[in-house]
Amino acid sequence: MLLIHCPYCEMDRPELEFRYGGEAHIARPADPMATSDETWAEHLYFRSNPRGLHAERWRHISGCGRFFNCLRDTVSDRIVTTYKAGEARPEIDRGAA
Amino acid sequence: MSDRSVAVAARRGPLHAVSLPKGETFAVTRAPDAARFVLRGDPAGVAAFGPAAPGMLRASESGSRAALRLGPDEILLLAPGEDAEAIRGELAAKLPAGAHSLVDVSHRQIGLVVEGRSAALCLAAGCPLDLRPAAFPIGMATRTIFLKAEIVLWRQADDRFHVEVWRSFAPYLVGHLSDAHAGSSDP
Ligand SMILES: [Zn+2]
Repeated sequence: MLLIHCPYCEMDRPELEFRYGGEAHIARPADPMATSDETWAEHLYFRSNPRGLHAERWRHISGCGRFFNCLRDTVSDRIVTTYKAGEARPEIDRGAA
Repeated sequence: MSDRSVAVAARRGPLHAVSLPKGETFAVTRAPDAARFVLRGDPAGVAAFGPAAPGMLRASESGSRAALRLGPDEILLLAPGEDAEAIRGELAAKLPAGAHSLVDVSHRQIGLVVEGRSAALCLAAGCPLDLRPAAFPIGMATRTIFLKAEIVLWRQADDRFHVEVWRSFAPYLVGHLSDAHAGSSDP
């Protein structure tokens, strides 16, 4: 079983306590009514889907309940780091990870 | 007026038809009826309830009242069942100014006492946390899972845990704890 470090519990916890929450750092347009269909569709449906490091949201739902963010390598499935919601994506080079 | 007697439905707990495991090294019993509240907001607000504000994933106690810090701003308050009404009033009056929410969840879940030398072993049959005392010390309390059921697990002694489980999951939890016990060397 994967152990995922929860930045709020500050400990490694079993993956069964977590839920995946999609790509992180996606900002909802502040004024949807003034947003073009194209931009709105971009916001709703288009994701980066990288080969390599992916910033994504996870929720420690059967633990502290908090959403947080995670950098995961989509090739190896390795979780490189986790950080609190609201914090900037850490600058980590995939080669160094 | 009528003198016809009225049949009153008997109140039965969720474990009325379930036999609780009991052996030399392992026993599960119902904890006494409790008043339960979820307090959301600044954990310093716990002082209005009695115990000191607990650290993250820790329980603090004062007399018959306990506060379990399940998340950064989520605290489960446990007290004897007859205190429910009083607690509501006390906290409404004493919580410091600021955003709080207080939800009565007394009847959402039940408490179980899981104890004995095999308590951690039998819980580990369904809970993926490391339950050795070094990793899960006395006084630690957290929401976690037991197989498919969500529970709150609080270690009160090396050999004793308090488990909170939603009512309808209780027979499932106890059934699997019984299986674990039967599979141990102390059936
Ligand atoms: Zn957590």
